[in-house]
Amino acid sequence: MDILAATAQWLADPAHWQGPSGIPLRLGEHVALSAISLLLAALVAMPLGLWIGHTGRLSWLVVSSANAWRALPSFAVIGLLIPFTTLLDPNLGFTLYPTLVAMIVLAGPPILVNSYQGVAGVDRDLVEAARGMGMSGRQILFGLEMPVALPVLATGMRSAAVQVIATATLGATFGFGGLGRFIVLGDANQDNGELFGGVVLVAALALGTLALFVLLERRLASPGLATRTAG
Amino acid sequence: MNGEPLIRWDWLSEHLGPILGRVEQHLYLAVIAVVIGFVISFALAAVSIRRRRLYPFVTLFATAVYTIPSYALFAALVVATGLSIVTAEVPLIVYTFILLVPNIVAGFDSVPQDVLDAADGMGYTAGRRWWQVELPLAVPLVVAGLRLATVSTIGLVTVSAILGDNFGGLGYYILDGYHRHFPTEILVGGLLSIALAVLADVGFVLLQRLLTPWAAARSAAR
Repeated sequence: MDILAATAQWLADPAHWQGPSGIPLRLGEHVALSAISLLLAALVAMPLGLWIGHTGRLSWLVVSSANAWRALPSFAVIGLLIPFTTLLDPNLGFTLYPTLVAMIVLAGPPILVNSYQGVAGVDRDLVEAARGMGMSGRQILFGLEMPVALPVLATGMRSAAVQVIATATLGATFGFGGLGRFIVLGDANQDNGELFGGVVLVAALALGTLALFVLLERRLASPGLATRTAG
Repeated sequence: MNGEPLIRWDWLSEHLGPILGRVEQHLYLAVIAVVIGFVISFALAAVSIRRRRLYPFVTLFATAVYTIPSYALFAALVVATGLSIVTAEVPLIVYTFILLVPNIVAGFDSVPQDVLDAADGMGYTAGRRWWQVELPLAVPLVVAGLRLATVSTIGLVTVSAILGDNFGGLGYYILDGYHRHFPTEILVGGLLSIALAVLADVGFVLLQRLLTPWAAARSAAR
């Protein structure tokens, strides 16, 4: 009960909701850097995945990146980047860059794999029918395969978003900003209110993002296909 | 970092003993988590198979838990269970659920009804049918889940380094190297933890061949 009270008290303190290390700023940092990482990763991984799924070429790349994704622990990736990012910039290379680069790198594989699977998993009969109707390869990709694959694409973005938010949190132990800083500081100052306040905020952000993407996936499911499966 | 070379080989050769000790600790923490995680996941999967209506809730729980960033979970548990092995293992265990439960359920779902009917017709008792027919046929997907869980757990063990010098396996070197501005340590910890995950992945591929010889025979016959 002590901890709950301390956490509630810390979260309710107006002093923690302002200034350069207040909750809104840390939350903004966390969200903005996560969104940028997600966007950058998607810009590369999504077109690549769609193209591989559409043409069937280079599918080994998808398989190996799916495996590599699990074998690359974010803690190790951030760590391994530090010696190199510090060569670029001794200050930011020790705080911002390693985690940010890790976020972008680790967001790629889930987006790539799901974009590929979404398109490759489209019913071949549908594709044949479209081809029979005289649709070109481009029309099939954008008019049929992508709309059908949308929920799967969103699932890929969801996995990547969850991964990116977690990596940003972990980055706080390596000098990165964001909500993880409250956990680092709470731990260093033995302030359980701040530590748990940070945990609550981080968990809320991650679960909120998860819920948002699940809703998005539902909305994106083509109603035509939904009735098909139901019937 | 301050003109320090990326790798100082003399440090490496002087610390072979402790490095090996960290590898051992890394595997120890990972194996405990995967074994306990597997037992709990098997139970959750068994319940989900019997009571289908519960399955979405089990999945939701496992997904939600997996979504909470590991750093937050480790840090929060310190207050409850201190700097103990329990604090290190609980997050590792709960993160395996989302990788194991769906694969175990899918494994048993993949057993064709015809095969079950045939076993019944041959007079198999329920227990013998489960042990000799259902389980072997479910093995490929179950092992696939174990493979994912093991590789991912080996990666997450590194995060337990935030619990202090007594934990973290190879992650200890990543954090210590960061604090001491010593790239050699970071590279040793990072590269070896990735190597462990890759080795485990390869090990599971071999295990799968061993456990389901018919799959290899079938693909060779093609």
